[in-house]
Amino acid sequence: MSSTNLIYFAWVRERIGKGEEVLDLPPYVTTVHDLLAYLPSLGEGYAEALQQPDMIRVALDQEHSEHDAELAGVREIAIFPPMTGG
Amino acid sequence: MSFVPRSITVRVQAEDFNADAETHALAQGRSDIGALVAFTGLCRDEGGALSALELEHYPGMAEAEMIRISQLAMERFGLLGLTAIHRYGKIPPGGQIVLVIAASSHRQAAFDGANFVMDYLKTSAPFWKKEHSATGETGNWVAARDADDTARDRWR
Repeated sequence: MSSTNLIYFAWVRERIGKGEEVLDLPPYVTTVHDLLAYLPSLGEGYAEALQQPDMIRVALDQEHSEHDAELAGVREIAIFPPMTGG
Repeated sequence: MSFVPRSITVRVQAEDFNADAETHALAQGRSDIGALVAFTGLCRDEGGALSALELEHYPGMAEAEMIRISQLAMERFGLLGLTAIHRYGKIPPGGQIVLVIAASSHRQAAFDGANFVMDYLKTSAPFWKKEHSATGETGNWVAARDADDTARDRWR
């Protein structure tokens, strides 16, 4: 898979320690679920941010997506906690 | 981005808004509107514990979600116009956070439309609130409330 832009918000951003990055994801990471299982291997902050995957929301190219969604062709993946606007 | 009808106004901004001016802008020059409902969400001080809320957002997606929700409301309730404005950045107690104005022929659609937009906005628009305490510390991220999910789900 080619390079993918990842963006993090709120406490996911704070725990990972950066707002965005470009990653070359390994070929076996094909779904959101795979990605959330893979990212914790990148460091303690990632592991802390994603320790409760059920709480994590993901948007693929700025659209809300389920954890079984495929990543093929996606340019921008955003990872964040449940929203608290309004 | 999809086509946005002129009767929908969506803005995400750091600046404050003026509810009266927005209501006037929505209804100006029209004679078909019989009901206008405006909701303003403010920052509470939580009994003096809070010095500010800081709102983070996902630029681009925040606007897109607000437009999507507004279009759903326009169709579902047959609204004649809708304005939704959400602020980001640091907002002190008493400050305005969000404005939703719904226009319709009769009152029920305007009440329901504004209510629907707020319920979906809280659970689907990518905004996050962080608390700053009165003692100067940066506090916690506000946790999502089950009650907000319940409020949204009653429209299903």
